[in-house]
Amino acid sequence: MNAPAFHLVRPPIALEPLLSVKHVSLEYRTEQRTVRATHDVSFDVFRGDRFVLLGPSGCGKSSLLKAVAGFVAPRAGSIAMQGQPIHQPGPDRVVVFQEFDQLPPWKTVLENVMFPLLASKRLDKQAARERAHHWIAKVGLAGFEDAHPHTLSGGMKQRVAIARALAMQPEVLLMDEPFAALDALTRRKMQEELSRLWEELRFTLVFVTHSIEEALVVGNRILLLSPHPGRVRAELNSHQFGLHSAGSAEFQAASSRIHGLLFDEETTAAPQAASAQREAV
Amino acid sequence: MSALLEPPIRQEFVYAAPPPAGVIVERPLSRWQRWSQHALWRKAFILLSLALLWEGAARWTHNDLLLPSFIQTAQAFIGGIASGELLTRTAASLVVLLQGYAVGVLAAFVLTLLAVSSRIGRDLLETLTAMLNPLPAIALLPLALLWFGLGRASLIFVIVHSVMWPLALNTYAGFQGVPETLRMAGRNYGLNGLRLVLHILVPGALPSIVSGLKIGWAFAWRTLIAAELVFGTTSGQGGLGWYIFQNRNELYTDKVFAGLAAVIVIGLIVENIGFRTLERVTLKRWGMQR
Repeated sequence: MNAPAFHLVRPPIALEPLLSVKHVSLEYRTEQRTVRATHDVSFDVFRGDRFVLLGPSGCGKSSLLKAVAGFVAPRAGSIAMQGQPIHQPGPDRVVVFQEFDQLPPWKTVLENVMFPLLASKRLDKQAARERAHHWIAKVGLAGFEDAHPHTLSGGMKQRVAIARALAMQPEVLLMDEPFAALDALTRRKMQEELSRLWEELRFTLVFVTHSIEEALVVGNRILLLSPHPGRVRAELNSHQFGLHSAGSAEFQAASSRIHGLLFDEETTAAPQAASAQREAV
Repeated sequence: MSALLEPPIRQEFVYAAPPPAGVIVERPLSRWQRWSQHALWRKAFILLSLALLWEGAARWTHNDLLLPSFIQTAQAFIGGIASGELLTRTAASLVVLLQGYAVGVLAAFVLTLLAVSSRIGRDLLETLTAMLNPLPAIALLPLALLWFGLGRASLIFVIVHSVMWPLALNTYAGFQGVPETLRMAGRNYGLNGLRLVLHILVPGALPSIVSGLKIGWAFAWRTLIAAELVFGTTSGQGGLGWYIFQNRNELYTDKVFAGLAAVIVIGLIVENIGFRTLERVTLKRWGMQR
């Protein structure tokens, strides 16, 4: 492999964070009670970050992502994008969900990618079509523009969702366990593709996962959450790891360190976890 | 001591796995297989069998007043069309039917719109449908006659009643069934209110909406024919129900059957051409229906 012809830019840390989450507590209500999903969670995401929210089921990581997206209002604390508080969903924070039914089945691949561009009134039809073609090709689906989602495989559907999200050129791309419903081989391939896209485009990513390996491979910084309710257990760097480093000694060490942090938390929190209701979200 | 089973360790193999030579990967279906896939043929076969059965039963009972044969009915039907009487009666019924159906569909849509946009609207829809859906439209006819007089307005009123509730119920159930993820995706791109309903909920709920439209269409026909049978003509222009009723009074049983056949034929046409086409270009193409 030859070295890239450009040099990397690492901005000084003193910059304003792009996304700032401060002392956020989230609650959701069931028929009988209100349950605290996350408690006093704070973190900052900077431009170009691949920020991973990692934790076991019930740590409220998906709820946190939905709060950042604007679907859930925090019970306490604040979430701000470039200093502006977040009140509602918006096309500057596009979400890629885990479920395949995020793609309207009545739209072809092309229409699916064009849809948000038109719905948010960003582009006219012609420009939206051109941009959609570009992004569909980018995720490797050229030739499938006129296919309906039900004819595609799970991995292809997620590619469409990623193309749709990237075509919007959002400030932050929010991904909620996007590869969790895929088989292991496809998941691995999609992680590679995502890394490749990030290498090329340097978008800002907030990524939710419950897989330690995926967190290390995808992210440059990992927020570790403990369950019932979700609290910050640790904030770690993982920029040194990529797909090529999986299996290396350092990777194994980082992986077992995270495992230890999660596992310790679980043993101390076990009585509490048993009394708590179902997992959040 | 019990023995533990261990599978044998065997030799490993690696093959090149070239594409198979001389094996046809794709084969066209035989003519019979393709033929039998067309629902049209199977249905035509069923209709033919029913007609034969009818003809046989009629010849066996040999009583034209009670059960005219298929051929007699067909003659009466063709005669009715040739004389133009059946056509004008059908047209009169269809005009009223379409008006009532359109108003009913619109009313159902407004009601479900209210139901998805607020909790009180949802309670309103649930209460009203629970109260009024089981109420036979024809039971409202005396009241409608009192309010709107002996005319088209009364007919339209009872048709709207018969279309609106089942359609609203179906549409609302369909809206409820639209995946949460899809709603969130829509909201993510700044859709809300009426735009979210039109862009996400309506197409997402289309299977339920289409089935509601079908049920509404059938209910509308039933109500209209029954209403015409009960109070007959509207300003001298009677519909199919009136045609049936009149001919029964004059003991033209074959014409009664012809009138019923007209209802059935229109039902078949609407189902097989109208709704089936709608399903083919939407639901089947989108993979929302098998």
